[in-house]
Amino acid sequence: MENIKKISAKEKLQINRQKMPEQSAAIRIHNFNEVNLGLPEHIAMIEAQRCLHCKEAKCITGCPVMINIPRFIKYLSEGDLAAAAESLLSDNALPAITGRVCPQETQCEMVCIRGLKGAPVAIGYLERYVADWYYNNMNKANPPHNPPSGCKVAIIGSGPAGLTAAGELARLGHEVTIYEALHQPGGVLVYGIPEFRLPKKIVAEEVNRLKLLGVKIECDVVIGRTYTLNELQERFDAVFIANGAGLPIFMDIPGENLKGVYSANEYLTRVNLMRAYKFPKSPTPVIKAKKVATIGGGNVAMDSARTAKRMGAEVSTIVYRRTKAEMPARAEEIHHAEEEGIKFEFLAAPIEIIGDDKNWVKALRCQRMKLGEPDTSSRRSPVPIPGSEFILECDVVIVAIGTRANPLLTTTCPELKVNKRGYIKVDENGMTNIQSVFAGGDIVRGAATVILAMGDGKKCARSIDKFVRGKKHSK
Amino acid sequence: MNLIVKKQQISPNVTRLDVVAPRISQIRQPGQFIIVRAKENSERIPLTIADANPVCETITLVIQSVGRSTKELVSMNVGEFILDIVGPLGKPTELIKSGTAVCVGGGVGTAVVYPIACGLKSNGVKIISVIGGRSKEWVIFEEELSKLGEVVVCTDDGSYGKKGFVTEAIKELIEHGGIDIVYAVGPVPMMRAIAELTRGPKIKTIVSLNPIMVDGTGMCGGCRVKVGGKNKFACVDGPEFDGHLVDFNLLMDRLTTYRPYEQEALESHEEECKIGLGKSNPA
Ligand SMILES: Cc1cc2nc3c(=O)[nH]c(=O)nc-3n(C[C@H](O)[C@H](O)[C@H](O)COP(=O)(O)OP(=O)(O)OC[C@H]3O[C@@H](n4cnc5c(N)ncnc54)[C@H](O)[C@@H]3O)c2cc1C
Ligand SMILES: Cc1cc2nc3c(=O)[nH]c(=O)nc-3n(C[C@H](O)[C@H](O)[C@H](O)COP(=O)(O)OP(=O)(O)OC[C@H]3O[C@@H](n4cnc5c(N)ncnc54)[C@H](O)[C@@H]3O)c2cc1C
Ligand code: SF4
Ligand code: SF4
Ligand code: FES
Repeated sequence: MENIKKISAKEKLQINRQKMPEQSAAIRIHNFNEVNLGLPEHIAMIEAQRCLHCKEAKCITGCPVMINIPRFIKYLSEGDLAAAAESLLSDNALPAITGRVCPQETQCEMVCIRGLKGAPVAIGYLERYVADWYYNNMNKANPPHNPPSGCKVAIIGSGPAGLTAAGELARLGHEVTIYEALHQPGGVLVYGIPEFRLPKKIVAEEVNRLKLLGVKIECDVVIGRTYTLNELQERFDAVFIANGAGLPIFMDIPGENLKGVYSANEYLTRVNLMRAYKFPKSPTPVIKAKKVATIGGGNVAMDSARTAKRMGAEVSTIVYRRTKAEMPARAEEIHHAEEEGIKFEFLAAPIEIIGDDKNWVKALRCQRMKLGEPDTSSRRSPVPIPGSEFILECDVVIVAIGTRANPLLTTTCPELKVNKRGYIKVDENGMTNIQSVFAGGDIVRGAATVILAMGDGKKCARSIDKFVRGKKHSK
Repeated sequence: MNLIVKKQQISPNVTRLDVVAPRISQIRQPGQFIIVRAKENSERIPLTIADANPVCETITLVIQSVGRSTKELVSMNVGEFILDIVGPLGKPTELIKSGTAVCVGGGVGTAVVYPIACGLKSNGVKIISVIGGRSKEWVIFEEELSKLGEVVVCTDDGSYGKKGFVTEAIKELIEHGGIDIVYAVGPVPMMRAIAELTRGPKIKTIVSLNPIMVDGTGMCGGCRVKVGGKNKFACVDGPEFDGHLVDFNLLMDRLTTYRPYEQEALESHEEECKIGLGKSNPA
């Protein structure tokens, strides 16, 4: 980094947003390797120069966890990567993950001042760059932490909320145990989001970092079955519930139990967690289909359709009730899906799944929709057009219309207050109606985002820290 | 990591494994199951907790080898470790508090009905067990069940006990009267036939369903079954349901989803064993 020179704001404004190198679509539809390859060093340095280091940085307000963006980019632009990494990590525990999966275009990058005229600073790319540099170059042994507090905290679930809280609490000196129902930690990061967007190696690195901090992770433990919440309350000074919102919703239309109909959770779990893409070397199968129809318009639908393509589908179609403009998926995912030849049936809603004489999926009967008046969510709601039915041939249907709170844990602890839809109620500190029990992430918000789950993990860790220290003091 | 401490062949294709699982051995209840992953990269498969010994901290698995995952599991030996066991999963059996119960076990289902019979026994319920197999050597758990009450054994070829299916014996018991409830576990056609027999006389019949599962926590929906016209997730809402309300045809049909793949998986496994990659003993 010897030849870094200061450049003027005017010069900065002349630099265009740098592009992320990626695997070409023709190649990547045949593999599960990461699509985005990461910025090369010199490109990252050029992109970093584009930041104006605004005094009142708008970008920070766009980030749900208020990362000090200009600060880490400034260090980066000065070539001090260690300082950039330290700055970033002090605000965000999992930057290698958020740099890859945050919907930047609706958060930090949406409000970046450079977006007013031209393209915003590629904050996500830079975040990823600094995080990846850190993993490849820093010695991660013996991370600094406070002296042992003597307090014990249990965490239920090892998704982004649980992992973030665990890291914070361990650094604060508490003894942390994570209980995870599946055989591998990571939550949606390992069973849902595919390898081609978020390599599992990165999640494994994070988990290892927590282990170095002394966090215990017990997999194969289902709270509500293996232990009850009450038992955890007895054994720990505080409990943080971060079990996600993993219950799949089906459409309740005829034909949904035919062979070849999957929830997105099942399809993605078979492929990601159980590695069905290596079948038969890996013994968990997933149906290899020629034509796959995925219903929904979010990240989950995009991931399912793109996964199906990689599993060898000749045609992989997204069926969505509204139009492209209303799709909740990240812009980058939609763009990548289009490049990969994913087809889109907009303004279409399935009304029946049709089977053959052996009960295998044969086709999807759909109805055309038009956009009506804005509904309560201020989105224009789809209205069916009478007599507009059409048939979409397919041999696998993936239902990706959302998830709900899984009642397994909450029903075994009736004292715990939940709202009408089964999500856990918390106060502004993340505390539930039971003292010493906190909750955050999707089980509080409903299906949301990685960064919001992490934000909750961090906030609750601070509340828990205060709570357990107070409790110890008063003993 | 769960140590295998005992292994016993109890019928030509059914193996009993006793495995260390301290927590599960202490809290499991009749009707509950676990999900195992034998080794790194193995499939997750559900198995009923046939018995448990909280003092020795072991649970008993009774496994019928039908395909790759079950064959892999029964090829493991005493002293080896099963990588993952999660549980106890599913709802415990609804046990009656008094009266007479008929416990029906077909094939490996006999091992699944055994913990239910134990639970009933400790409630003071009178138990009549009806168990069946192809021929004498396929009958399992007769000795265990006979400690709990009368046992009627049926074999298809008449080589032992009564000749014929368990349904014949059930018909006679129904005619005889005095049955408060039937618990039936076995092949789907057997459970369906029994539910049909008890529907007329309105004898409550509980069956244990065995759809294909992945996570066992309600996260994937792959285990969905239709009960009383509604979809249920067998891993969390079951696995036991009112036999008079179950759509057995749907269950049978969905169980065939992976037929072509199962064969391929098995062949690949046998290939690995042959060339020694699996380092398991295919005996
Ligand atoms: C396919 C897919 C793609 C997505 N893509 C994006 C994206 O690109 N960007 C983005 O920001 N967000 C994305 N999301 C959303 C995001 O992943 C979630 O909002 C986030 O993971 C929620 O985190 P969490 O920690 O609350 O829960 P989860 O990640 O759901 O983790 C919960 C964990 O708790 C475990 N658990 C559940 N019940 C129990 C129990 N009783 N006992 C023990 N353990 C239990 C679960 O097994 C799981 O491991 C996506 C979601 C999916 C499904
Ligand atoms: C709640 C529950 C409890 C169970 N308890 C036991 C038990 O105690 N002992 C035991 O031996 N088995 C039990 N099973 C069935 C067991 O899980 C399956 O036999 C096993 O998953 C088959 O895996 P595989 O790879 O060996 O065979 P595969 O190659 O997957 O299948 C081979 C053949 O076995 C049959 N099969 C596949 N899956 C199932 C299934 N879930 N149920 C019935 N038949 C199936 C099909 O005909 C298939 O073609 C239980 C299943 C459930 C859902
Ligand atoms: S965490 Fe997400 S929103 Fe915040 S700065 Fe990073 S990419 Fe932007
Ligand atoms: S708003 Fe944009 S230009 Fe300003 S500090 Fe943030 S990233 Fe840099
Ligand atoms: S096994 Fe996945 S929901 Fe039951």
